[in-house]
Amino acid sequence: MDFPTFLIQLLNGVQYGLLLFLIASGLTLIFGIMGVINLAHGSFYMVGAYLAFSLTGLLGNFWLALPAGIALAVLLGLALEWLLIRPLYRRDHLYQVLLTYGLILVFEELRSILFGDDVHGVAVPVLLNFSIRLTDTLSYPVYRLAMSGVCLLLAAGMYFVISRTRLGMMIRAGSVNREMVQALGINIGLLYRLVFALGVALAAFAGMLAAPVASVYPGMGNQVLIISFVVIVIGGIGSVRGALVAALLIGLADVFGQVVFPHIAGMTVYLVMAAVLLWRPRGLFGSA
Amino acid sequence: MTNGKPTSAHARRRFLKTATGAAALAGATLHAPYLMAQPSKVKVGFLLPYTGTYAQLGKAITDAFKLHVDENGGRLGGRTIEYVQVDSEANPAKATDNTNRLVNLEKVDVIVGPVHSGVAAAMVRVTRESGTLTIDANAGAGVVTGALCAPNIFRTSFSNWQPAYPMGKVLAERGMRKAVTLTWKYGAGQEAIGGFVENFTAHGGSIVKDLWVPFPKVEFQSLLTEIASIKPDAVFVFFAGGGAVKFVKDYAAAGLRNSVPLFGSGFLTDGTLKAQGDAAQGLETTLHYGDSLILPKNLAFREMYAKAAGREADVYAVQGYDAAQLLRIGLEAANGDVKAKKTMIGAMESAEIDSPRGKFTLSKAHNPIQDIYLRKVVGMENKVQGVAHKALADPATGCKMA
Repeated sequence: MDFPTFLIQLLNGVQYGLLLFLIASGLTLIFGIMGVINLAHGSFYMVGAYLAFSLTGLLGNFWLALPAGIALAVLLGLALEWLLIRPLYRRDHLYQVLLTYGLILVFEELRSILFGDDVHGVAVPVLLNFSIRLTDTLSYPVYRLAMSGVCLLLAAGMYFVISRTRLGMMIRAGSVNREMVQALGINIGLLYRLVFALGVALAAFAGMLAAPVASVYPGMGNQVLIISFVVIVIGGIGSVRGALVAALLIGLADVFGQVVFPHIAGMTVYLVMAAVLLWRPRGLFGSA
Repeated sequence: MTNGKPTSAHARRRFLKTATGAAALAGATLHAPYLMAQPSKVKVGFLLPYTGTYAQLGKAITDAFKLHVDENGGRLGGRTIEYVQVDSEANPAKATDNTNRLVNLEKVDVIVGPVHSGVAAAMVRVTRESGTLTIDANAGAGVVTGALCAPNIFRTSFSNWQPAYPMGKVLAERGMRKAVTLTWKYGAGQEAIGGFVENFTAHGGSIVKDLWVPFPKVEFQSLLTEIASIKPDAVFVFFAGGGAVKFVKDYAAAGLRNSVPLFGSGFLTDGTLKAQGDAAQGLETTLHYGDSLILPKNLAFREMYAKAAGREADVYAVQGYDAAQLLRIGLEAANGDVKAKKTMIGAMESAEIDSPRGKFTLSKAHNPIQDIYLRKVVGMENKVQGVAHKALADPATGCKMA
């Protein structure tokens, strides 16, 4: 591997890692703050991708589809929390696993009824549909670079909201002691509903962003679900900062694993996870 | 009977009473012989995916199979055909149970299916023991007509090795010497790449790097970077469905299409062209079928299938249709007696099937000996360019037919 190729692979790793972060951040928020294990997170990613597909067709423009899709995803999150998740806060994790696993099946079946089982594509928006020539044989699609930019912006935004705003303070407090926050007169129910909707919106947004490069197909959510769990376990469950570091780590491990050890490419990310957990059983930024 | 009404009514009542009594008696004592005299139906069990990623494929095979039976008035070899459908979910973990259900519980005479190679391997392990007549209408797992071959197991589709093998020679003859291969690391992908490599190296080519992606991952960016830095003469891949769409689009977006030509076995561009759009234009692949084949049988089949199923025929429909043709040949030879397995198997083994893909016969291992076509994507169609390999037979490694 010559040096320019190495740099491009580095870019690939960071770019993949940032997308993973966007997907996993919602999962870690929902678990870290609300203590809900949400297996349906991958389904929300899929919902996002199909929203991008159908809304782009309906509105004729990807840029209009994005805000419309986010709004719908937030509504979906609010409705799901109110209808299904709320009664489970005081129950064992097993109930949450059961319910959210059921949601995977429901979303998959709805997808099949509404869109069929074909593979669909979403066109890359015209504005970003070109490539930058990096070497004499390789070009880099600008849309991918733009995706990374958006992911970075969102990471910064989340950091700001959680550590610098009043809402963030309430969220952090709520994750530590639910009863105390309630006693201080903060509507914890509303707070949880917002956090859940935010988590759903983040996953759906990731799905929408990824739709033009990842295409839209049945079962797409299940693939990202497992890798998202790997990311939040390595990062330390509930830590958004940990999710960012872990996502980048996994992105790089995956990219270089695929090129350097192609025959065991499927294992590299899990080897990294095993190594990190041996060293820090609670993940990189996990609280003891 | 010239008397008044009362007698008549009385007689009728008495008649009815004896008649029902006799009928009940007949029902009790004659039930079994009556059934034996009437030829029972032949029960066909479909073990196919009706949900999930491969649902369309399962539906196409089922519709096309039924189309051929309906063409023959719902009967094959004089016997009415009835169906049982089991959703395989393309899940190898459930395949043994699902096959057992068809064999032992439903007691089907014939099993048709599946799509997934893993399901096929599990299925034939059951049916080669039970002796149930089995027609594999898609799954290309080498073992089905290789190490696990058996007299009662037939295939009307392809072996994974088969469609990929001819491309090796095609590329070598174009003067391409260095190739990179890439696929998902699972059975079908490995067997397909194996076929290509075998033929490519035999004709003077060499593989500079073999790249693998864990199934069913679809993040290819790092591999495309690697391909760009190696700059081989050609890239040969095996992908299908969603992965095929994504790979072809990514390959184009990375600007590799103009510098390193891409080739694949036909699944790369089958049923995926709409989603791939411009990115697939000009791609060349090899497969045992092409939509645009100008054969009278193909044109007729496509028209009838479109009318019956309400959508265009594809390679999967062709394979399902031929499964029904093969069963018809067997049943006709045995005059509809499914118990006469020897006669049926003998006729099926030596059958020449008039398929929409062109006529084909079966190898000793019961896999089609068929022409593999070179196709090129033009617009929304895989246009057949010619025959890449005439009458190609799978090597059937490990098959010892008892």
